[in-house]
Amino acid sequence: MTTPAIVPNFGNDDSGRKMAIICSKGNLDMAYPGLILGNAALGEGVETHLFFTFWGFDMIIKSRMDDLQFSPAGNTAMHLPGTNAHIPQAVMPIPGMTSMATHMLKKQLDDLKIPSVPDFLEQIVAAGGHLWACRLSADMNNVSKSDLRDDVEGIISASDFIEMTEGAQLLFI
Amino acid sequence: MPTIEIASKPVTVNDEGFMTVYDEWNEEIAKVLAAQVEIELTPRHWEVIHFLREDYKKEGESSTSRHTQTVGGFPIKEQFELFPKKPAKKMSYIAGLPKPKGCV
Repeated sequence: MTTPAIVPNFGNDDSGRKMAIICSKGNLDMAYPGLILGNAALGEGVETHLFFTFWGFDMIIKSRMDDLQFSPAGNTAMHLPGTNAHIPQAVMPIPGMTSMATHMLKKQLDDLKIPSVPDFLEQIVAAGGHLWACRLSADMNNVSKSDLRDDVEGIISASDFIEMTEGAQLLFI
Repeated sequence: MPTIEIASKPVTVNDEGFMTVYDEWNEEIAKVLAAQVEIELTPRHWEVIHFLREDYKKEGESSTSRHTQTVGGFPIKEQFELFPKKPAKKMSYIAGLPKPKGCV
């Protein structure tokens, strides 16, 4: 006995859903939430804009984007591997800790086949995502368009961004 | 699991309409599934579909867009052109595979 065709709803109704993700952090671990969610949104056919501001600028500055770091200092959710035991904050600032933690995080991401930050941004652009840089951050960092990834579409003001993302769902990271 | 008829064959699908039995799939069914989501299959579409089928056999799970690019060699941009808007889900649907589970 058969039932009539069941066709998945792939959202071809042009709902006009739009997402804007503000990336304000330059730590390696905090670069990923925006990239993962932005990429997922694009894969669901959602128009997606990423806006880089303050420390998040390191994600799109050509000379820095390959070298984001992860520091466990101040992060009380760090545990000894495989346990619930906290790593004492007192050991976090010792020399070499940041580079060791960065190395470990990069390896974990790589094992899960998650791309590096620059590769991830390239994928987001290939999927139709839009990258924007914050005017004030550019001025503060003394950075011009040529210092940024070529696929950044423009350096825009906060009000440009607000105007551009009318009706969008907004995510601040 | 409902059973529906596609290309004159009974096919087991989940509540969303994705096929659930790998061996029930054939190319005639793929053509019907593609037409249902308004895609006309070109030789390039078939290359992607055959990659996905083979890859699923090896990996035991549906390929994500990223995996389809890095392992299959089909650029993300092209995937969006071939299977507009929701490439990963549409590709899996037509290839008779479950929705991809991976986040990236």
